[in-house]
Amino acid sequence: MSRVLVAMSGGVDSAVSAALLKQQGHEITGVTLKLWGGPQDQGCCSVSDVDDARRVAQQLDIDHFVFNYGEEFERHVVGPYVKAHAAGLTPNPCIECNRHIKFDALLSRARKLGFDLVATGHHARIVTTDNGLRLARGSDLAKDQSYVLYMLSEQDLSLLEFPVGQMKKTEVRELANELGLRSASKPDSQDVCFITASEGRGAFLSDRLDLHVGEVVDVNGNNLGSVDAVELVTIGQRKGLKLGGNVNRTYAVEVDVPARRVVAGSARELLSDTIELRDHIWVGQEQVGPIEVQTSAHGDPAPAFLDSDGSVHWTEARRKVAPGQAVVFYLDDVVVGGATAN
Amino acid sequence: METVKLNRPAYLDCAASTPVRQLVIDSMMPYLTEHFGNPSGGHRMARVSRTAIDNAREICATSLGFDPHGIVFTSGGTESDNLAIRGACGPKGTAICPETEHHAVLYPVQARQGRFVKVTAEGDINLEHLETLLNEEVSVLSVMLVNNESGRMIDLEPIAELRDQRAPQALLHTDAVQAINWLDIAKAAQRADMMSLSGHKFGAPKGVGVLAVRNQVNLTPQLLGGGQEAERRSGTHNTAGIVAFGAAIQCLDESRKSEIERLGALSSRLAEGLTGAIPDCYGTVPKAHRAAGILQVVIEGIESEALLVLLERHEIMASAAASCASGAMDPSHVLAAMGKDRAAAAGSLRLSLGWCTQDWEIEHALEVVPQCVEQLRGSS
Repeated sequence: MSRVLVAMSGGVDSAVSAALLKQQGHEITGVTLKLWGGPQDQGCCSVSDVDDARRVAQQLDIDHFVFNYGEEFERHVVGPYVKAHAAGLTPNPCIECNRHIKFDALLSRARKLGFDLVATGHHARIVTTDNGLRLARGSDLAKDQSYVLYMLSEQDLSLLEFPVGQMKKTEVRELANELGLRSASKPDSQDVCFITASEGRGAFLSDRLDLHVGEVVDVNGNNLGSVDAVELVTIGQRKGLKLGGNVNRTYAVEVDVPARRVVAGSARELLSDTIELRDHIWVGQEQVGPIEVQTSAHGDPAPAFLDSDGSVHWTEARRKVAPGQAVVFYLDDVVVGGATAN
Repeated sequence: METVKLNRPAYLDCAASTPVRQLVIDSMMPYLTEHFGNPSGGHRMARVSRTAIDNAREICATSLGFDPHGIVFTSGGTESDNLAIRGACGPKGTAICPETEHHAVLYPVQARQGRFVKVTAEGDINLEHLETLLNEEVSVLSVMLVNNESGRMIDLEPIAELRDQRAPQALLHTDAVQAINWLDIAKAAQRADMMSLSGHKFGAPKGVGVLAVRNQVNLTPQLLGGGQEAERRSGTHNTAGIVAFGAAIQCLDESRKSEIERLGALSSRLAEGLTGAIPDCYGTVPKAHRAAGILQVVIEGIESEALLVLLERHEIMASAAASCASGAMDPSHVLAAMGKDRAAAAGSLRLSLGWCTQDWEIEHALEVVPQCVEQLRGSS
């Protein structure tokens, strides 16, 4: 029996995680992280989600605490998210939250409090390999979250449990239903918890950032029009470029925020052979050679070659990766490292 | 450390709420059962309820040093604060208050485009700054008698003096929700035009409070309806709660002096014991200005949220700064206003005593708190 702190978001996956661990006879304590905003916000950390988590904890008859990491969230997640947009990058705030809040601040607090393990409802597995513990894709590939957890070290993994990682999402919901958990049919959380569906990313950023009109040009530099906010344009984006139906200039293929310029091009001009990377993290040995690479949370992995200079060469050219995005390396279904696109 | 199992937890969170005294329960029960008539009605059963409310009003007025016509029964401290500030400002007026007030005062002041008075490092009002903010435009000045987080006691006299000189039209309101336990309230609030109180902080149940106002005060009601409380607060009277409030005030008046002595000695013992046993641990306000039963300490290098979890595991119920609606601890705006840096404020702990506090609870805290701090520091 271990003493386990279960991070409960208010959603079904963490609720079932807590229930499973309790069934296994562990001593369970629930915690919900209050990260953002007041009662009006949506997503994984609003007051109503805290309510849902607390109700599940009551159903399971376990202690439940709320930890306020609002300041840390602002410092490590929201602030850098805004700065990244100002610099023309496409950040992934969920990864920064995992890196700094859930698997740093919370994990270290849990250890101080004498917990043996921290569990979350992520769809990912912790597997034992010849080289030690590794993170692997969740059994439900459609819900796999290993991409946003690539920063976890072996040491981190030794302190973590992902109880629903071996389950299909439908099984999770079935079990939640069987147990009568109130979050059984709660919809999956949205992508970015601090941006509401009604307001959107543009409104959020415009409160914190000066947004600038940007010129849209073709690959030869000919003016095609303009966008309202160059900071909100991401490579690969089609919507919002106001370019009509011309297939030769449908996508944003380059975004230069300082110059306030977006280059629009065809699908072919969006392709690239290589991703330049920075801030590599390795789980175990640094890797060189053939590898599977995933460049977005729900994107398909593709074969590539990992160069000794740390860059990725695709086996077949693929769409450019927006600077700031996480790029995660897999061997089979096991995460071996990751980095950030330049 | 082994987890301790006691008959009941050591409850050191009386500034958050207190248990209802048995005598108070006995006094209110008939008004939940046989005397349930609506006090605004005209028949005999209504009159029984009305009489009980009039009696409670009389008791409160005498105890608080206000006229019975000036006692407005509300749902609690937050409503009283809102009624005082919004009600006295009306549609156009503005208000000022120190930065260390409870949010039930801060937010209404903010909503009236009010200004905030700086405080000193020891939590006292910065009178020079107050003087610059007082002018003919101010409708209400609100200053808490005893701070709910730090336990800092404030003397209203020099504040009222300044008000008289610089803004004689401004009403002086005081949130005395904590103070009622620790001060001769009629005397301490004699310069106040309005005073807020909350029943559950002193042995009455939750859901009943008072706004006491002087006769010359005109309030714009915030709840419109049947015109109860002399048109100042509509809504059917909470008869049992109001009776309980009166009974609890009577109990308090009889015991306050001896309780201040008893609980003051216990909290001093706690303060000395903790600051002596824990390195880099200190009280946030000087002893001479600290209410007898509220002790706030800063423990450097720890996070209060973590400490509270450990304390709970060892059967001590306490708090840090103010809890927010979700149950999380909000960073203390009080310590921030007192100029404490963020790291220090993050390690605050409030241990507050009340009528239910017993000696063993203090002994238990003296034993457990230093051990928990050591555990948190040791593993960092």
